[in-house]
Amino acid sequence: MAIIINKGTKVLFQGIGKAGSFHLKGCKDYGSQVVAGVQPKKGGTMVEGVPAFNTVRQAVKATGADASAIFVPAAGCADAILEAADAGIKTIVCITEGIPVLDMSRTKQVLRQQYPEVRLIGPNCPGIITVGECKIGIMPGYIHKKGKVGIVSKSGTLTYEAVHQTTVAGFGQTTCVGIGGDPILGSTYLDILPLFEKDPETEIIVLIGEIGGDAERMAAEYWKANMKKPIVAFVAGRTAPEGKRMGHAGAIVGGADDRADAKLKMLAGYGIHTVENPSLIGEKVAEVLGER
Amino acid sequence: MKLHEYQAKDLLEKTGVKVLKGTVASTKAEIPGAIAQLSASGPWVVKAQVHAGGRGKAGGVKLAKTKAELQEKAEAILGMTLVSNQTGPAGVLVKKILLVEAVDIAKEIYVSILMDRKAGKPLIIASAEGGMEIEELAHKSPEKILKVHIDPLTGLQAYQARELAYQLAPAEPSDSPVYQGLADILMGLSKAFFLYDASLVEVNPLIITPDKQVIALDAKVAIEDNALYRHADIEAMRDVAEENPKEVKAAEAGLNYIALDGNIGCLVNGAGLAMATMDLIKLHGGSPNNFLDVGGGANKDTMLAAFKLLLSDEQVKGILVNIFGGIVRCDLVAQGVIDAAKEVELTVPMVVRLEGTNAEAGKKLIAESGLPITPADGFNDATLKIVAAVKGR
Repeated sequence: MAIIINKGTKVLFQGIGKAGSFHLKGCKDYGSQVVAGVQPKKGGTMVEGVPAFNTVRQAVKATGADASAIFVPAAGCADAILEAADAGIKTIVCITEGIPVLDMSRTKQVLRQQYPEVRLIGPNCPGIITVGECKIGIMPGYIHKKGKVGIVSKSGTLTYEAVHQTTVAGFGQTTCVGIGGDPILGSTYLDILPLFEKDPETEIIVLIGEIGGDAERMAAEYWKANMKKPIVAFVAGRTAPEGKRMGHAGAIVGGADDRADAKLKMLAGYGIHTVENPSLIGEKVAEVLGER
Repeated sequence: MKLHEYQAKDLLEKTGVKVLKGTVASTKAEIPGAIAQLSASGPWVVKAQVHAGGRGKAGGVKLAKTKAELQEKAEAILGMTLVSNQTGPAGVLVKKILLVEAVDIAKEIYVSILMDRKAGKPLIIASAEGGMEIEELAHKSPEKILKVHIDPLTGLQAYQARELAYQLAPAEPSDSPVYQGLADILMGLSKAFFLYDASLVEVNPLIITPDKQVIALDAKVAIEDNALYRHADIEAMRDVAEENPKEVKAAEAGLNYIALDGNIGCLVNGAGLAMATMDLIKLHGGSPNNFLDVGGGANKDTMLAAFKLLLSDEQVKGILVNIFGGIVRCDLVAQGVIDAAKEVELTVPMVVRLEGTNAEAGKKLIAESGLPITPADGFNDATLKIVAAVKGR
């Protein structure tokens, strides 16, 4: 089961330069069904053992791909996302960092109006992995272990930290979704949490947030009203100064509610389990599962 | 990227926003020339050009009735250290001033445009009560704040600008020229937001004069960093003197770095892990000196640049390296750490935590290097060790 992607997912890669082809191989080696690479002028060649095409439409027609991993440079991402959507791709994972926020604003508006059935993950994210079945992204596959924790996170390496801790603690994961660190995201916590709630294999959810925006509050409200499965949450950036962008374009404290300590307090107020110490995520999961 | 008021006014004028541009001086010698270009009769205003807000209350904006007074006030503000609620106690040095004709004000209005993350669309925030800080207004009378989303595919529609105009100056008669003036400025601000890839366009105050002119009296424009690649002309306006010198140096070396005020230098891969590392240091009673994300491709060159930056900082009393090797291999990171530590003399304690791909090989390399580096097992252990190591230094 798990969510969004599984062993039946057929993945193509948009942007098969150095980074794209490296990760294409990584995903293929993990066991994902990688069926094609796409880059203009590369049609007819092979990339890491799979056929390359000039356009996404050609690749979909020839291979039946239904998911895409985007590695094209930031300036071309809005175009790449819409190309995938228009060619019928249903799950688009955009890894690229540094996309102008107005490009995303326009792209998201077009997706909403013309391709409501498309699920975009990212941009500026590590991707998504359904453990033991399919990996679309740049995360190291071997740290994962098939299990019962669903992870949804704005951060890359901090997600690996949570994965590592829940693997060491023996619980393992179902699906881990890196939703990305940009101000405008294809999918938010609100798009992912209902899927985990419905997934019979997921027993507990780890949510990793950051300073900036109010996505964590919306997640907490949704959880309180609609979910039964417990959430363990950590919010990074309590030491971040106001008005400074902490690496991720979205990680910036604007007002008092954006602060990490305010968000943690707010989450706890809704009844969500929180950790102040990010090295104790695994222990907290153990504690909560023991409680149930 | 932040811009000065005079730069913002140049940009806004090009999209049809009525502004008073005035003249700029950056040395005392330039002041007489700048004054000569202004209108013959006053009064005039001298405005400090600094990126921080709160200039008026901090004495960075002064009115002058005669040209002699203007000269005197200009000389006083240029070179002053301006301390406002946004500059911190040390203040900022005023390196540029704007001299501009003063105008009579009948009414002040507030307008800004920024990206609403939740809606994924630009949002106009406006209020008929201008002049005060919007945060203050939001606190005191939130019902007086108007909010209108802009469709990113079409830009601001004329009817939206008209609707706002009628709400922002309700005391004007129906046929007042003020409404067209307001609508024109709103359209111009929206156009500027899209054209320049702005992250913020703010006019406070937008004024109506007694003779019914509508003018953007002040202007604040910030450009989104990710879009600067397509605005070389605006990037050329960057005033590095207004930015933190350590951050400027880090940016030149391609490092993602933010200066803080603590004594533990941090070197981490990934923005989230970097933030979490700072948090954990604080939780254990220490104080981080910086945010530093060396990214996924942490190699010897980035390591070396990062170490040089941290070790050249007198505030740094210890360094914590926290790497979760995913795609990046820990043995390569370890080699980078060793090479860098040999090249720049390691004068403070250093704790290294390596986890993930080839972590064991990396740890072995560090242990065998003979360098005074303390290895750590796990994230928590590493922060505890560095906090203990800098205590009392």
